[in-house]
Amino acid sequence: MSSLGGGPPLDEGDLPVAIPEPVDPADVARSGVGTDEWVARVDERRAAQTGISGLIARTWERTPAFGRLVILLGPFAIFPFITNEGNLYRYGLITIIYALLAMGLNVVVGFAGLLDLGYVAFFGFGAYLYGIMASGHSGHHLQAEIAIPIVVVSTALLGLLLGLTSWRLLGDYLAIVTLFFLQAFVIFVNNANGGLNDFSYPFVGKVDLTGGANGLDQIDPFNFFGFHITTTRGYYFYTLIALALLMVMLYFVNGSRTGRAWRALREDPLAAEVMSTPVNRLKLLAFMFGAGVAGFSGTIFGAVQSGAFPGDYDVGLLITIYAIVILGGLGSIGGVVVGALVVNGAPELLRSSSNARFLFYGVLLVALFAALKPWYKAVIVLVGTIAFGFAVHGIASAVWSRGTAGHISGAGNFGKALEHWVLLPTNPSSIAGWSYFALICAALVLTLVSGWWRVAVLIPTFYLAAFVWENKLVEQVAGATRLILLGALLVVIMNVRPSGIFGTSRVEIV
Amino acid sequence: MPLLELRDVSKAFGGLQVTDHLTFHVDEGEIVSLIGPNGAGKTTVFNLITGIFHVDSGEIVFEGEKVSGLAPHKITDRGIARTFQTLRLFLNMTVLENVMAAEYGHTKATVLEAMLQLPRSRREEKRIRQLAEEKLAFFGQRLAGYRHDQQAYSLSYANRRRLEIARAMATNARLLLLDEPAAGMNPHETHEITELIGKLRDEAGYSILVIEHDMHVVEGISDRVVALDHGVKIAEGSFDQVATNEKVVEAYLGLHTAATK
Amino acid sequence: MNWSLFFGELVSGLTLGSIYALIALGYTMVYGILKLLNFAHGDVYMVGAFVGFFVLQWLGGALSPAVTGWLVVAIMFVVGMLACGLLGVGIERFAYRPLRNAPRIAPLISALGVSIFLQNSALLLWGPQFRSYDTFDLVGVKSYHIGNNFFISNLQILTIAVSIGLTIVLALVVSRTRTGKAMRATSFDRDAAEMMGISIDRVISFTFFLGSALAAAGGIMFGLVFGQIFSLMGFTAGLKGFTAAVVGGIGSIPGAVLGGFLIGLTEAFATGYLPGGSVYANLYVFALLIGMFLIRPSGLLGSPVIQKV
Repeated sequence: MSSLGGGPPLDEGDLPVAIPEPVDPADVARSGVGTDEWVARVDERRAAQTGISGLIARTWERTPAFGRLVILLGPFAIFPFITNEGNLYRYGLITIIYALLAMGLNVVVGFAGLLDLGYVAFFGFGAYLYGIMASGHSGHHLQAEIAIPIVVVSTALLGLLLGLTSWRLLGDYLAIVTLFFLQAFVIFVNNANGGLNDFSYPFVGKVDLTGGANGLDQIDPFNFFGFHITTTRGYYFYTLIALALLMVMLYFVNGSRTGRAWRALREDPLAAEVMSTPVNRLKLLAFMFGAGVAGFSGTIFGAVQSGAFPGDYDVGLLITIYAIVILGGLGSIGGVVVGALVVNGAPELLRSSSNARFLFYGVLLVALFAALKPWYKAVIVLVGTIAFGFAVHGIASAVWSRGTAGHISGAGNFGKALEHWVLLPTNPSSIAGWSYFALICAALVLTLVSGWWRVAVLIPTFYLAAFVWENKLVEQVAGATRLILLGALLVVIMNVRPSGIFGTSRVEIV
Repeated sequence: MPLLELRDVSKAFGGLQVTDHLTFHVDEGEIVSLIGPNGAGKTTVFNLITGIFHVDSGEIVFEGEKVSGLAPHKITDRGIARTFQTLRLFLNMTVLENVMAAEYGHTKATVLEAMLQLPRSRREEKRIRQLAEEKLAFFGQRLAGYRHDQQAYSLSYANRRRLEIARAMATNARLLLLDEPAAGMNPHETHEITELIGKLRDEAGYSILVIEHDMHVVEGISDRVVALDHGVKIAEGSFDQVATNEKVVEAYLGLHTAATK
Repeated sequence: MNWSLFFGELVSGLTLGSIYALIALGYTMVYGILKLLNFAHGDVYMVGAFVGFFVLQWLGGALSPAVTGWLVVAIMFVVGMLACGLLGVGIERFAYRPLRNAPRIAPLISALGVSIFLQNSALLLWGPQFRSYDTFDLVGVKSYHIGNNFFISNLQILTIAVSIGLTIVLALVVSRTRTGKAMRATSFDRDAAEMMGISIDRVISFTFFLGSALAAAGGIMFGLVFGQIFSLMGFTAGLKGFTAAVVGGIGSIPGAVLGGFLIGLTEAFATGYLPGGSVYANLYVFALLIGMFLIRPSGLLGSPVIQKV
């Protein structure tokens, strides 16, 4: 052994242990337990699931990227041929527009780790700007091949401006600034209708830019070199192709120097900067990229709706898009599509209260059997809840006549059966409030207990849930209930699997 | 002309003077060790050199050009790279990706080119990968082929330290700043690191500034040693000169011991 | 110079500002300890206002109260602050505590979820319509004046006084009591505090209790002074409360109060003097926030954060 620089030569005897020979990978593969290689693979072994879900997961991993794209988007391509226009619009077109929008957010939040809470303002900006350039309302009728690129570039520039505020800002502050930006946008489009609010712009005077609270109507359908897209199916395929292209491009970006730089930025901004990554520039780039995608999606949305209305681009949509990205897994490209399907499909189903009812009880049932193992515990809870319900209903109808006088409409025989099981007071308002509160408390208690206690608490909790559903939640299914469930979903997902369905579990530098 | 020069550099945080008119240099092809008790300001010096902190007064000159005041990534582009005392790897990226990520500064392909898979992007990707594999190969079987696609968090501690060095090397730096590279290592890992640092100088041509507490390592690698205490340089010279310097002993062990030596 | 308008907006701004200050205090304390933006805080404020409302109804309503006016108000405050304090503790326990070691974004998303949940639960249970406190006769509103231009009501004085009073109480708790010391230690270095024997869970719960109670006080105050409450009032108030906390210097108690008054005054004077008035007042507050970030990111009274590498 030689020494380096100054100092006496080292002897074999100076060291308490011998220096090991280099490790031959072939040996390592042969031996197994205890060697470096085996230890390093521990996460793989832990993550490998057993049974069917494991098989699916492993097959998915082995499918080449292009195959995965086909599998994910294939059903979407077939969908228009097996359903009517109404469903195509609600379940298909809106879902993929949201997926497109969420892809952009996935770059900002999932790739670069920036919390942009004003994202849907770019979506709205895209719709409105397209409307200003091509609508009956504004009087201009630019063709799509000119208008759309202008919108995308303008939105990206707007993203640049907003992103400049993130220069040196901690992530939390960025969240507030962007949220405020969204508020500013909403206020602006609600009032920039030139005259009704006595507000006049410098130089231009009172100009009706956005139609105010009534929105910017009569937006032109897309007109590409004379070819008009006017049908739902037309927009559907246009959007689907755009989505596919974006997914492909994002896949390439992820494996490129920019993608790596974004991920490094997300991991540890300080270390990234010292490793030659210009952190601030990349944050701006992420912002611009996301904004551009949002603007592009906005043009589609505006054209499809033939209008841009302020109420569409608010915090409600923001939560929805965030739920999509988080559910699907931050940073996972395919996950966004699945997330869009779940987050948009389910609430659409919720719009009619009879559908919602089936979905509600269905989800409860599935959750019960998925969460409680072994299966006989779940059966006990199910039977117990039904029995408990009938008992309570029986007692109530004897003692408290007004408690069971209500009706369930629109649910056919199932509804009639339910009438004999759930308490339906004639005047539910006051008791509904307290029972809602009780339900939340019961659900929280459930997280604290385990084993047979959990089984015992589950029975009255389920009954209470049904009670609250039939008497309160079902009223507001399209509005407040949907958002309540979404909010609860976000909290639950973060608690159970912070990285989302398709996200890989992350290790954090604490 | 020295490769790196600190000229009269001072830095204070509030009332605490962490670096006080510090002047020293590193010549090309040298390994210089920076020693001193905890709190002496050694890591602060690294932070000042790499631009994480800005100097209050004085300047830092690299290859004849002033680098104090530049943004960290620009300083890295000039040719200075570092490792961290408490490791700061990109834990959720693979070993290879960690090293490839550090090559951002000397590559050019834009997002657009990547999206459309234009030729320059594809060519660069190949080169980036090649360079990363080269740097990892420097560590022999430790970070060999089968390790490349493993997540960084699954590496053992010693391997993580090696990966950090590999990552720093991928920036194509000429000066490496190693912050306690042997911290937390057992004797034979320490020996490997000592040999490795020598290899870095002899085979790969790096100049190295090392912060280290383990005097065996310092003795084994250093061409020169600079001793700090409370932000002030108290000794400079060969290992023997510095190790026996009264002020250095006093700083580490206290006045009484210095008097009895 | 229209002094009447000036003083009117001044008083208005200070009153509004003191309510924002109460909200800001909760934000600043929680951020100081957990580095978490508690988005749900504004909705706790809203719940406080509603609890006060329902207590009022339960005591017979503003027109035929079971006990005298000020006692009703006192009961409203006590019940509201207690209830919301517990609500805050519950939110922390179930939505944030499990995420203490999760990626930074997880508790933020969870907070967003809680906020949406609270807002829409209120919407579902209590409807979107405005509810009136109708308490002006109950508390006997009187207007005082200095000269011909300066008018202030006893209610406005009370609001400002209560706000400053609660802040002083809070400051005393934080600086003089053992728990307060524990809070400061935890916000400085959580792991070290834990190793010194401080129960982190209890300290954090206590912080949430205090912050939420103050927000509830703000909400009830709002109902008393401005008369009307509604399910979505928490959102903008929360935003402005957070802006106040940031502008004043996040983590600083006097900063939160200063920030609150600043935001309130900005809103009032913007409404009174600038074009676009009340509609665009929020935009001016936003502009103030951006300006502060660009000029002095640590806020007026905050201390710049040094990152240890």
